Order: sequence, then C-alpha cells, then structure tokens
Amino acid sequence: MTSVGNGLDVLQTCALSLLVFTGASQFALVGALAGGGNPLTAAAGAFFLGVRNAFYGLRLSQLLALPRAVRPFAAHWVIDETAAVTLAQPTRRARRIGFTVTGLTLYVLWNLTTLLGALGAEAIGDTAVWGLDAAGPATFLALLAPMLRTGTERAVALLAVALGLGLLPVLPAGVPVLVAALAAPAVLYAQGIRARRGRTAQEAHTTEDER
Amino acid sequence: MNIWLAIALTALGCYAVKLLGLLVPAGALERPVVQRMAALLPVALLAALTAQQTFGEEAHLILDAKAAGLAAAGVAFLLRAPFLVIIGVAVLVTAGVRAMAG
Repeated sequence: MTSVGNGLDVLQTCALSLLVFTGASQFALVGALAGGGNPLTAAAGAFFLGVRNAFYGLRLSQLLALPRAVRPFAAHWVIDETAAVTLAQPTRRARRIGFTVTGLTLYVLWNLTTLLGALGAEAIGDTAVWGLDAAGPATFLALLAPMLRTGTERAVALLAVALGLGLLPVLPAGVPVLVAALAAPAVLYAQGIRARRGRTAQEAHTTEDER
Repeated sequence: MNIWLAIALTALGCYAVKLLGLLVPAGALERPVVQRMAALLPVALLAALTAQQTFGEEAHLILDAKAAGLAAAGVAFLLRAPFLVIIGVAVLVTAGVRAMAG
C-alpha cells in the first residue's frame, strides 16, 4: 500500500514482499526510493535493517538443529516474528512447529496483504486512527517480557532501549538497532570483570587466613 | 530499471545475512560465552525495536498515544494476561487515548 503510493508498481511491490520478506527493510527501501534516494543508497539502508536477522539465525540454528539441506529454505523465514516465537517455545519439537507455522502464516498473509494493498491502494486509509500501529511494538513487548527473567536480561534490555532511542536521531535508519545489539556483549563483559574481581578478592582473603 | 536494481540488491543482501546466521557451524557455538551472547542478542534487539516503534517516528522521537497503549500492555503482562490479550489491550488503549485527545 505504502509502496504503490510511493511510485513502485504492483509487480515491484509484490516482488519486494516475495523476495525480501523482512518488513522493516522493505519500508526503508520504498521510503528511500520515494525520497529520491539513489537505488544503491536505498538498498544499503534496507540491507542494514536486515543485518539483525543474522543474529536471529545464530540462535535459531542452535535451537532448531535444522539439517543442512533445509537451511537455505528456512533462511528466508528468519525474521523478527519467527525468531521471537521460536525462542519462546520450551522444546525442540515445539520450536520447529512454531518456526514453521509462524513462517508460513506470515509469508502467506504478508504477500496476500501486499497484493491486496497494492491493488486496492488507499482503500483502508490510515491504520493509526484505530490504534493498530501499537500492535507491532506490543507484539515485540509481549515476546520480550518473558525473556527478562534475571538482572542480566533486564540490564541488556534497558541499555538496548537507551541506545536504540538515543541514537535514532543521529544515525541512519537501521544502524541504531545494530548498535543497540552491542548491549549484549557490553553487559556480559561488565559481568565478567565483576566476577573476576570478586574471585581475586576472595583469593586474597583466603591467603591471608592461611598465614 | 533502477527500482528493479534496488529490489534485487536488497533481496540478495537480506537473504545472504539470514542464511549466514543459520550456516555458522554448530561447533563455534558450543562455548558458554557464545551461548550466553546468542541468548542475549535477541533480548537487546527486541527491546530496541519495541522502544523505537513506540517512541520513534522516522528519525525523531515522539510521545503519542502508543506510549499509553504499550504501558497498558506492560500492566497486562504483569497481570499474566494471555499473549493476544496483551496486544489487544495495547491497540484498544492507543485508540481510546487518541479518540479522547482529538
């Protein structure tokens, strides 16, 4: 819908959803092309937004334990939503089902709505009026909340929120999220240092006792 | 033609990074540090995405009815509401606040 309103034809819009299939990148590409950006810059922005899917893939390949031959096909469905649903499942079987069902459903629905939207363009109007624009972040929140079990996860989430929002006005689209991902190694590193210090302090104490 | 070029580059690039993540050998992931990292990265990404979609509009920060909707969703989660109810609460509260505001 957004796409047809911004100068892409129906075929190009559908090709985007079928071949790229990662919403944020698609919107970024369309927005950049509409804003008169050159195709290389537009594609680069969309690519940066897609890089986070590699991090999801790292985790998913462990959890799903997919056979090598299946991976090139599964890769197309590695996106925010499938990763979040898969991570929330307790067993490998449930994870595989979750990944497949979410991937298939979203792929079919996303492409159908793209086609309908492209054909019927401005028919529905502004989704913001109905509060539907809150559904996206609320879904991420509902998936994220159960993961915040210990202080470590909470610290990572807080730092990521601060980085993601703080850098939004200064860095190009897609980059702030990637920088926010650094919250994970940063918190792990800080914990590592604290653990080491705790151990050295304990050792110093024991040697003193021995004397 | 230029648009098709942009579409092709985006499609190839986005697919390549998705596949890259899946193809990293399992052996490389057996170290505890890597495992902790792989578990924490989605937390960081989801947290940043949630915040940006709530408070971000293109390249600037905004505070609108979505914030109230997300706050309500947070409360719903703490009350152990089911997944779909949490999202429904966010949508309803956002729409409600917007209707009241204007």
